[in-house]
Amino acid sequence: MTTLLERARRVADAVTDPEMPMLTLRDLGVLRSVEVDMDGQLVVTVTPTYSGCPAMATMREDLTYRLRQAGFNSITVRTVLEPAWSTDWITDVGRRKLTEHGISPPGPATHHAGPIPLTLVLPRREVSCPQCGSDNTELTSEFGATACKALYRCSDCREPFDHVKEI
Amino acid sequence: MTSDDNPATADPHTSVYGGLLGGDEGHWAFGTTSLDIQSDDPLAGVDVTVAEGIDHSALAAYCLMLGDDALIMSQQLSKWTAKAPDLEEDVALSNTALDLLGQARLLLARAAAADPNLVPAMPAGSPVPDEDALAFFRDQTEFRNVRLVEPDNGDFASTLVRLFVFTIWRLAIFQRLAGSQDRVLAAVAAKGVKEMTYHRDYAARWVVTLAQGTEESHRRTVDALARWWPLLHELFQTHPVEKSMSDAGVGVDPFVLRTECEAVLATVLAASQLERSEVPPMAGPGGRNGTHTESMGPLLAEMQAVARAHPMGSW
Repeated sequence: MTTLLERARRVADAVTDPEMPMLTLRDLGVLRSVEVDMDGQLVVTVTPTYSGCPAMATMREDLTYRLRQAGFNSITVRTVLEPAWSTDWITDVGRRKLTEHGISPPGPATHHAGPIPLTLVLPRREVSCPQCGSDNTELTSEFGATACKALYRCSDCREPFDHVKEI
Repeated sequence: MTSDDNPATADPHTSVYGGLLGGDEGHWAFGTTSLDIQSDDPLAGVDVTVAEGIDHSALAAYCLMLGDDALIMSQQLSKWTAKAPDLEEDVALSNTALDLLGQARLLLARAAAADPNLVPAMPAGSPVPDEDALAFFRDQTEFRNVRLVEPDNGDFASTLVRLFVFTIWRLAIFQRLAGSQDRVLAAVAAKGVKEMTYHRDYAARWVVTLAQGTEESHRRTVDALARWWPLLHELFQTHPVEKSMSDAGVGVDPFVLRTECEAVLATVLAASQLERSEVPPMAGPGGRNGTHTESMGPLLAEMQAVARAHPMGSW
């Protein structure tokens, strides 16, 4: 049983994110667990990055598809909403892969106790250009090509790039 | 695992996105696989049992209110898609609309799970999920959103002033809601707080920028403030459902948020060198009671027409 579960975990761990396919769902922190329940059924648990993430159904389908391909028949993919996903869950391997593919990885997320302060000035993050490594970068927009990204521009090599914004 | 195990990166000679073009149909996104194995239910696998002592129909009615606010606001913002002043604002407004739509889906699905009687009857065998039935097959008087979200966007300043006011208020609600006795509502709120922190900062910065910009942008911002001001009062009126859910530790009484929201508003008005508007509140029983403005009919007609034409449609 243990070896079967280990095999299932290996298969699930290799499933990639539909929007950032250089990352696995494990790297992203979206794949929370793979377990076997009392009835011998494989239970895979995932959590959405953003409330409106349009890729959730595809992620569930990809996980089931890969596990079926690997010979597992009885699979349930459960969604968990709590605790809410945080960019802090992106693994070190995931962060390295993001940089390798030209996307700047997130810094530590801010946690607020009490009312969330309004920030009228643009946030200053220490973001390095994933293309040339320069720290001379500027924020273009807090919103990007997918819900989880902000848009930056490198002032040295002039290339635009995505930054996974802290949440 | 090593990165070489990853099918998307296995071949260093192709783009990482090349994996999407491979012969493996399982990798195609959005319903093109032949596998009919997972529903698209936003609460798939989430425990939606209503805790003992919580009134099912009041919880459902409450979720409908918050879900409808987000749904209609999302519909408004999405009208800017491909029409915003520049690409960055287009992307920002679309992202914001998407976050709110996600919140609406979760909340309408929560409402349907708590009280299935709320969901409009669909033809036998219809594949339309409950949250879609609620969004597209209810009539105007069954919607519970506040009236602030109903009138047309107007210009960019008007859109951003409304988004700002809406987000101050909704963020204040959701921050408290994260401690709700209903675990699903608490989880939806905790997630929404993270998203709306970005929305509020974005909208607030634009209000300051427009107010302090050119003479024309200043004039438009002042007009926008006067336009939305009469609808602010309603945000802090307590509906009996909000009162009962607040008493049960499930919901939030919006009346108590007024001071906090006014303080955030005052900060931004001061930074913008704008004065509070003196336009009196709009009369009427309000959107929480199902009484809407004249804008609501055309808005719903546009939003619902396609779904209603295809009650057996699968998307």
